[in-house]
Amino acid sequence: MSPDAWEVVIGIEIHAQLLTRTKMFCGCALSFGDPPNTHTCPVCLAHPGALPVVNREAIRLAIVAGHALGCEIAECSVFARKNYFYPDLPKAYQISQYDQPICGPGCFRYLTEDGEKTLGITRAHLEEDAAKLLHLGGEGRRANAEGSVVDFNRGGTPLLEIVTEPELHTGPDAASFLKQLRQTLVHLGITDGNMEQGSMRADANISVRPVGATGLGTKTELKNMNSFTYLERGIAAEVDRQIAILEAGGTITQETLHYEPGTGHITSLRSKEEAHDYRYFPEPDLEPVVPDRTWVEELRAALPELPIDRRERWIREYGLTFEDAEVLSEPVQLGDYFEQVAALAPPKSAANWVRGELRALLRDRGQEPWQSRVSPAALAEIITLVESREISMPSAKAVLGHVVEHGGQPREVVAALGLGAIQDEPALVAIVEQLLADNPVQAQQLREGKDKLIGFFVGQAMKATQGRADPARISELVRERAGAG
Amino acid sequence: MIDDHVTRHVARLARLELTESETVQMQHELSAILEYVQQVQELDLASVPPTTHAIPLKNVVREDVPTPSVPVELALREAPEVHGDGFAVPRMG
Amino acid sequence: MALTDLTAEQSITAIAAGRTSSEDLVRAHLERVEHDDWNNFLAVNREAALARAREIDAMPQRPPLAGVPIAIKDALSTRDLTTTAGSRILEGFRPIYTATCVARLEAAGAVVIGKTNMDEFAMGSSCENSAYGPSLNPWDTTRVPGGSSGGSASAVAARQVPWSLGSDTGGSIRQPAALCGIVGVKPTYGAVSRYGLIAFASSLDQVGPFARTVRDAALLLQSMVGRDPMDATSLDWPDPIVLPTAARLDGVRVGVIEELMGQGIEPGVRAACRAALNRVESLGGTLVPIELPHASYGLATYYLIAPAECSANLARFDGIRYGRRAEATDDLLEHYERTRGEGFGPEVKRRIMLGTFALSSGYYDAYYGQAQRVRTLIVRDFAAAFAEIDVLASPTSPTVAFRLGERTADPLSMYLSDVCTIPVSLAGLPSLSIPCGLSDGLPVGLQLAGPAFSENRLFDIAHALEAAIGFDPSPPGVAA
Repeated sequence: MSPDAWEVVIGIEIHAQLLTRTKMFCGCALSFGDPPNTHTCPVCLAHPGALPVVNREAIRLAIVAGHALGCEIAECSVFARKNYFYPDLPKAYQISQYDQPICGPGCFRYLTEDGEKTLGITRAHLEEDAAKLLHLGGEGRRANAEGSVVDFNRGGTPLLEIVTEPELHTGPDAASFLKQLRQTLVHLGITDGNMEQGSMRADANISVRPVGATGLGTKTELKNMNSFTYLERGIAAEVDRQIAILEAGGTITQETLHYEPGTGHITSLRSKEEAHDYRYFPEPDLEPVVPDRTWVEELRAALPELPIDRRERWIREYGLTFEDAEVLSEPVQLGDYFEQVAALAPPKSAANWVRGELRALLRDRGQEPWQSRVSPAALAEIITLVESREISMPSAKAVLGHVVEHGGQPREVVAALGLGAIQDEPALVAIVEQLLADNPVQAQQLREGKDKLIGFFVGQAMKATQGRADPARISELVRERAGAG
Repeated sequence: MIDDHVTRHVARLARLELTESETVQMQHELSAILEYVQQVQELDLASVPPTTHAIPLKNVVREDVPTPSVPVELALREAPEVHGDGFAVPRMG
Repeated sequence: MALTDLTAEQSITAIAAGRTSSEDLVRAHLERVEHDDWNNFLAVNREAALARAREIDAMPQRPPLAGVPIAIKDALSTRDLTTTAGSRILEGFRPIYTATCVARLEAAGAVVIGKTNMDEFAMGSSCENSAYGPSLNPWDTTRVPGGSSGGSASAVAARQVPWSLGSDTGGSIRQPAALCGIVGVKPTYGAVSRYGLIAFASSLDQVGPFARTVRDAALLLQSMVGRDPMDATSLDWPDPIVLPTAARLDGVRVGVIEELMGQGIEPGVRAACRAALNRVESLGGTLVPIELPHASYGLATYYLIAPAECSANLARFDGIRYGRRAEATDDLLEHYERTRGEGFGPEVKRRIMLGTFALSSGYYDAYYGQAQRVRTLIVRDFAAAFAEIDVLASPTSPTVAFRLGERTADPLSMYLSDVCTIPVSLAGLPSLSIPCGLSDGLPVGLQLAGPAFSENRLFDIAHALEAAIGFDPSPPGVAA
């Protein structure tokens, strides 16, 4: 069978660390990179007799996320114990949610070049993160390590687990969804979405089936892909692996896998052990959460504009392309900056300038627009000046460069540097006439039809006027006068 | 009521090492106890909700305000084995 | 009267009157603690207790409990003082924090004099499951004091302390109180914080007092109740606990469960309880026959729910952050299995296995799931009963103290010790035991139970009965 004979089915599970100040069930502060075991207490160390108490802010963030995911918010939500033994799990159970998660089914909208798509969300629930295991020797991986060491600082961090329906069909689509999910969650202040540091993690459940089949094939789980690129590549590699097995007449084993980005290899994480029996039961130490419906509604009403709605508005109202909107929307501060410029200058131009010239200039300084000395109003002013032809494009770029370095008001910079466009028509004609006279060979070639020599004359005019002449007008005049000469 | 295979499986789930004779004895004891407790299955309870909390409360939460963590020496004090500032764990295999 | 014969209330009065001091009181009790013929104490807090007593004696204004010594069941965390839960796996373990209820008592002026012996992880009804040997019953040292809070009960009966703390999951305060001839109280679930109580069954465990009088027990409870932000299941306490004064029971409707006065109860126990119930009537109360249709399923329900919860609660004992660990293991799996295999005793292992099974895939609905539904029926039975009566009465234990070794061969026979106490625990209701007489020279306990939050009325009824019964809580040969 050819690859086209197979349909790929993908579901994603996301774990996002919440931006609370303290852990899910105790008052220890959240931290990253601090010395080991400096943010612990009897509760998150699971000392005998210690008890959990729910962090109210985690509930609020989960509800906000639920709204953004179009989820039903539970009338009554309950915690459950998920039981298994592992050194990074001090109670040997994780307090999670099983029946009655805080967020029920929903639907996430995301934008692709082909328009808006939706992905079903099965549920979202709260749980606590495991501690950190450091493996000694064995290149830091568990196999072959001489021993391991546990740091409980991370243990107990609030997590929101989001589970999608298995409705994605390609790696790129999955990556596109995940990028925008991340963007949405970051925009709402739910998580900082730092995938390299592990504050947001994604697992992909992947299966294949013959095109036209209705049942699902056996799925495997690819764990902890910490970049969008790895997600796409990992999915592609696993799909190839599964198709190869099936086409050779084999069957897929349901297992948990790891994709190694360096080699492209896929290895099994769980050895021949049976699948976990988590023995879920309702957490007796915690009482049900019954969110006040007025509060739930207030949280919904207070949602800011979602990233997808913002991008669609830009496309619709500002005439931006899909790609413009995609680039300008990430990170959220860039989008905010762009909006402020677009309020004062033609939005399409604003888009071009922000994502083009401005960012290029700032890259060398390691700055982003909102960190620079170029206020949105200043950029808008430069755009206005150039579009009203008060300055030429080259002058505009020079002014921008100056403001990047020194700040200041563009109009004042124009005046101070004498960059006002030469707008006087007779002066421009005189310049063109002079250049035609001084370059007879090129002038003749131009008359004979070598149109690209217009560029030569425009260049000469720029040199002669320190860029103050409008290249477009020069170009027109060269055509006219060359013909006339 | 509960066979040797299930007994061993449950012991593994619970991470309890049992000798051969302990396993046999455990199987018998558990069978006898299960024989007794399974009387709960006599009742038809399809329409009866389960009770997790005998005295019902709801929305017991705490504010997201940091409280002092314990000093690292205290966190590690009772650990059987320590490596640097971390809890030592045997080879995981 | 010897200092060790005083009730806590009498001690507080004596101290206030200047007739004795906290230090003298603590010293007197320490002597009996340190000559511990009953194996009640796993740890003695001598220097710290004396220091605290002196500190309290020096205060211009004494805290309410005035420096009276108290013993604490070894299931409760006491910072820096060993806490073993009666298990090898926590041998030598020193907690890094103190249980809220103990901290409240200490702040109120009680002086912790030591930690008492118990069935391992509170699993047992005789104190024979302790890894440190059983405690003995001061009434007859060939017999058990009951369990799991055997040491705490025996210590009060033996005059080593005037009062102590125990914990009760299915009867572990009430049953030892009955077998040792003293008062034991299991409060409404949530009345006393569980933060710091080493968990056995989370939805059932409660901390409560042992004492030689009902008023002492009420005084101790008063100093502990109330919401604890560290325990999400703890309750705001609606009315303060009041020391009882009632002398009569006019208008009180006492429900009697006929089943629990029948065949399964020893004749001597039945007789003593009947006599106590007759006093109810002479004090102006009425006896009302009551049925709890599903209480007979209580034992089965309990022995599914409690082990299930305990199997998860005891999973944290993995030799990584505290406690004993197995030596020289090759890998993690062996480490877990041997650490826990070596560290836990047979009853604990049995219950962990039972609980793990009841929760496991394929069995959850029929076992744990079903038990939780039966629990609902039992809760409803009590609610219906309390619509017609004020208090329920029954024997606390089907028998008087049995001999050491008598029931250890058959786990189920040991479980039957709790048949009277378990249903009340499942419903989370307050319940206490007061001694109501002797049978063959051994104490018999009467259990009283009330609706949630009815502690004050329970204490009043118990106090009135206690006075009428006039039981002398002095085991022969245990004079000062």
